[in-house]
Order: sequence, then structure tokens, then C-alpha cells
Amino acid sequence: MLSEFRMPALGADMEEGTVVQWNVAPGDTVKRGQVVAVVETDKGAIDVEIFEDGVVREIVVQPGTKVAVGTVLARLEAAASAGAAAPASVVHEDARSSVAASRPSAVNPEASAEALEATAPPVRAKVSPAARVRARELGVDVATLTGTGPGGAITVEDVEKAGVTPRRELPGGMRDAIAAAMSRSKREIPHYYLSLATDVTVASDWLVARNASVPVDERVIFAALLIKAVALACRELEGFSGFYREGRFEESPSVHVGVAVALRGGGLVAPAIMDAADKALPALMEDFRQLVMRARAGRLRASELAAPTIILTSLGDSAVDAVFPIIQPPQVAIVGAGAVGMRPWVVDGQVVPRQVISLSLGADHRVTDGRLGAQFLARIASKLAAPETL
Amino acid sequence: MTTGTGTVITYREAMKQAIREALASDPRVFVMGEDVGKYGGCYAVTKGLLDEFGEERIRDTPLSESAFVGAGVGAAVAGMRPIVEIMTVNFSLLAADQIVNSAATLSHMSGGQFHVPLVIRMATGAGRQLAAQHSHSLECWYAHVPGLRVVEPATIDDARGVLRPALACPDPVLIFEPNSLYNMEGELTGAAATADLSTARVRREGKDVTLVTYGASLWRCMAAAEQLAAGGVEAEVVDLRSLRPLDDATILASVRRTRRVVIVDEGWRTGGLAAEVAMRVVEQGFYDLDAPIGRVCSEEVPIPYPKHLEDAALPSVERIVTAVRRTMGDAE
Repeated sequence: MLSEFRMPALGADMEEGTVVQWNVAPGDTVKRGQVVAVVETDKGAIDVEIFEDGVVREIVVQPGTKVAVGTVLARLEAAASAGAAAPASVVHEDARSSVAASRPSAVNPEASAEALEATAPPVRAKVSPAARVRARELGVDVATLTGTGPGGAITVEDVEKAGVTPRRELPGGMRDAIAAAMSRSKREIPHYYLSLATDVTVASDWLVARNASVPVDERVIFAALLIKAVALACRELEGFSGFYREGRFEESPSVHVGVAVALRGGGLVAPAIMDAADKALPALMEDFRQLVMRARAGRLRASELAAPTIILTSLGDSAVDAVFPIIQPPQVAIVGAGAVGMRPWVVDGQVVPRQVISLSLGADHRVTDGRLGAQFLARIASKLAAPETL
Repeated sequence: MTTGTGTVITYREAMKQAIREALASDPRVFVMGEDVGKYGGCYAVTKGLLDEFGEERIRDTPLSESAFVGAGVGAAVAGMRPIVEIMTVNFSLLAADQIVNSAATLSHMSGGQFHVPLVIRMATGAGRQLAAQHSHSLECWYAHVPGLRVVEPATIDDARGVLRPALACPDPVLIFEPNSLYNMEGELTGAAATADLSTARVRREGKDVTLVTYGASLWRCMAAAEQLAAGGVEAEVVDLRSLRPLDDATILASVRRTRRVVIVDEGWRTGGLAAEVAMRVVEQGFYDLDAPIGRVCSEEVPIPYPKHLEDAALPSVERIVTAVRRTMGDAE
């Protein structure tokens, strides 16, 4: 029996999308969660996953075609009925594996023993440390590059040249998308705003001490604490994490915290950290790191963009005190965070310097009132006061 | 003679002004060393000071580095502020026991009960055909030793300014004066007042490569940067000024901007200061590097006497330019 794979809605305001690339061909076996196509939307090129196991039987929409959300893109045979056919299917050489084939055969698991011997010893590609870091940020595969540095090494400049490809976001389109979503929000959602300055010295000290004892790549930044605190507060108080649709609010059973990420070319996206309330801090940090990296490389997944049940927007790296954020419909709340900074603070009747952050909330008055909103902010603050429990 | 805002003077004169100011403002200060009085110093830095301040305060000593540096250590512990001159760093080896075993240790070994506010000035470096026993750059041997402060002023302002913080410091301070710079002229500006014992300075800004250097090599780096600029490469030049402690923050901030670094050090390559700077860059800035770190040091020979061989042994503008081009990935 054939099932249909349709153009997904990659965000509330998406009406149509262009198939840029298929990673699979008829006959390929696919697994649930596999990225099968790349779709260009106003928010950039997005990897689209498939949600069932099976064998691709037909590609309906060819690359370069713009179609409406819901249009059938491909047909596949579900895993149960494809059982007999699956073993005969050929694993398709997609763009990535053909790149791998052009590399020294030591990295190709398919290579024969003779080929391995012929190329031994394996030559490690010369990539400068800074270029490796930049390549990871931009999602560039250094194996595809030609180096111009000393001894043909790949430099930051080589990576950055390669990083500017059509896969990056389209600033004009994104600006329009932001304009549409924010106009709709301000038109339809009666916002109320609250802010709460709170002492986070304990959390910052805890973070510094924690980070001092772990390797650099296991360090956690303050934003991760915020994400976790927001997620936990959502779980304890109803009315902030979910969607307002057709005149009623529906609390989401899971908390997916969207994180606003500013893009270098301008514009921003807010992909979700899935099930943020259930993730341990290191796992959450790793997700966050990956998300930012892929957002900047224009390689977000469909599920990440549509998923947020609440958004956290932090302007902690600029000098502003507070953010008064606008809700992204159909969500009903958004939390803002200003910069953490030293402020005079009264503790036990004494003015002392403390690390203070201003948390803010933009919330939908159709769903909650200021009193509950105030409790929500206070809940986030109390989570931050006990960082070891995050 | 004046131009702009400041007076144009020589490096030698700048040092002399600093010593004169110290003698005039603090009765505990005195100068001691070989030929510093009647002869006026082997590089004429103290010339005229004997007439001005008298034999009590400008003291000629016997030819025994160990004895007069040791006397300096004792005077400093007893509350004086001696400025001891050693003719060259090569001769300081005769006083190495006093510097390393006494001056550097007393504060630590007495649990802070005694300090050694001693300043030792000495000439260093090559370029004047003084041959192997008067031309070496052994700064890094002293920069290795905890308890010492090691500075090397390379500009007129630093030559004029560094003595004041050195005398105010409770620890022994070694001031290295590149002998090839004594005749250099330059403008004395307000920057002399900002000289200190711990920070490096960016002498020229650039975005493509960082040249880390000190002493006489600063000026070779500045000339190399000028040549490189003509070819479209913008080199940033960092003058270390303080060799102990090293100003990691300034070095790393520059490397993070340029992602490439070449260290220019008149000392020998093996086990030298350039190696120390390079290692710190690797420890703290590995992921910022876009090319292997380059070094330009003196050739590993005793500095030769003949002019052409001496020139060939030292870091030259040409060698610096070549090293930078290699770091930039240009084919040789």
C-alpha cells in the first residue's frame, strides 16, 4: 500500500515551498526521521524529514518546483508491505556519499583492502584549527574544499568562501516572513508585559565553578540555564506553553522552548529545543550549540521550526537591560532576557554589587492575566536561584 | 630641538634623564657599576652625572660583577634604591649567583620580611660589531626565573619611563637596553608616563598577521610591516616590553584578530622566549590559529664579529618578511 509524503508546513505562516533537492530516489529504503529532501522557504533551506519507514516508489515533485503546503511530493511503500522488496533496493549515492568517494579511500568504508593499501598511510587533510571551528559553525564540509594556506592548508577564508552558497537564508524573504508574523501577532494578540529584575549571582558563580572543572566543549553558558528554567516553569504553571487556535488555548503536553537566534545576514529564526524540561543541562547545551550552528548555516529541520511551544529571546550579548518581546503566533507567551550585569542590590539592608538580570514576559491576555504572568516570571527566577537543580 | 608636541632625544639621553630624575627625587637612589663615574658609562648613559651628584651617589666599582651586584642586593635589602649597571648581559653571568640565588629569592625565603628593590640595567644584543662576548641576547635566561621582573624598553618613551616603576617595585627588576638603540632618536611624548612592568603594546595595527617582538627587533618588525603593507599584507606589531611577566592578554587578543603569528626574537631559537610565546599562543589560542606559528630568531652561532656575518646571524627585515609570507600561504 502506498502512502503519501506531502509538503510540510514549516512554521505557522508558510503557505508554499520549493523543493531544492531530493536526497533519495525511487527504490531507496528510508527510515523514520531521515532527511529526504531540502525545501527552500522564507526561512531558508530546510532539511525535511520523513515520518515513516518504507521504500520510495515515486518522486512526484521535481527539484525547482514551488508547491503549496499539503501537496504530495513523493509516494512510498510502507515498511510492512515493502518487506519483500526492501532487500533488493539499492542504497542511493546521495551528494554526500559521492563526496566521500572522492576522498582518500581510508575514510570510505566500502573501499577494498587493496585500495586501502595503495593509499596508505592515510593523509590527514591540512585544515587550520580556526578553519575547523568556522567550518563547524557554517556547516561546511572541509573535505570538499581546496586550501590556499601554507602547504595547501584550508584556512578560515577558504571556509567562508564556501559557506556562502545558495543554501543560506534569503534575507528579503525572511524579512517579509518576520513582518507577516509580527504584524499578525500585534493585530490579533492582546499582549501584556511584565518584567522582573532578579539576582542571579548564585547561578553565575555556580556556572563559573562548574565550567572551571570541565573541558571547554562541555562548558555550559548562562542561556542554557535560562532555557531550562523557562521549560520547568512552563511545566509547573499552565497557560504559557501551547497554542491558541480557533478561539481556544491548548496547553502543549511537551515543552519545546524556541530559542531566538540572530542570523549573520540579518533576520532571525527561533528553532526549538525539544522536550527542554526533560533534558539534563549538558544534553540541553549540546542541543543548543548544534541548533545555533545549524540555524546560522541555514540548515534547520522542519520539525525544529514548527515545534516551539514558547520562545526565549535573549539579548544578553548586547548591553540592553530588558527586552519587551512580541509573541510568535500561534504561541501565547515569550520570555525575554537582558544582559547579566553587576548592579547595586540590597541584601540584608546593605547595598552590595550583585549579578542581576532583567527577565520579561510578553503574554497573551486571552489566555492568562498579569497575576499568573507574575507568578510565572517569579517561578523562572526561583529556578535560577537553585542552579544545581536545573 | 623640538618637533610636534615632544622633544626629540636619543634613547641614551632618555635613560639618562630617567636616572637623573630618580637621583634628584629620592635620596635613597644611587648608581653603581664599572666605569659609570669618571668614564661616564661604557655606553655614556651616566656621563656627567658624577659632576652633578658626586661620588657618594655615582660609584665606580672594581671589575667584579659578583661583588658589586651583591653589594647592590645588600643595599636594597637595607632600604636603599640602588641602580646597578652591568656593561653587557654577557658579563652579568659573573653575577648570576647574586641575581638568581640572592636577589630573586630573598623575598620568598624570608616569607616576605625582606624585599630587594634593586634595579639592574644592562646592555644587550648585537649589531655593533662587538663580537661574541659582548653581543648576545640572554634575556630569556632571566625571564625564566621567578622573583625577577624583566623589561626591555624599545622606544624613547619606554626608555624614559620604565625606571620609575622599576624603582617603585619591591622586587628586583632587570632593565635590558639594546645597545644598538642608544643612538636612536625619537620624540619624547606623554606616553613615557604610562610605562609599566607588565604590559605589552600594539605598536602598529594590522589584520592579517601578528608580529610579536621586543627590543631592537621591534624596529626591524616595523620596517618589515611597512614592506608587507606595500604588498597588501597588514601586519600588527606587538612590542612585549615586559619579558617577565609576559602579557598574554595583549598577545592573544591580537592573535584572535589576525589568526596568524610570527615571533621575532634576537635570542637563539632553541629554548628561547619565542618558544615560550608560541606555546602560550597554542595553549590559549589554538582554535584561533589559521596557520602554523612562525619564528625568526638569531642563527645558532656565537654572534660573529665581521659585519656581513653579524648581519646574517640576526633576524633581518628580509627574513621577517619571508616568514610572514610563508605564514600567509604564499608560495616561496
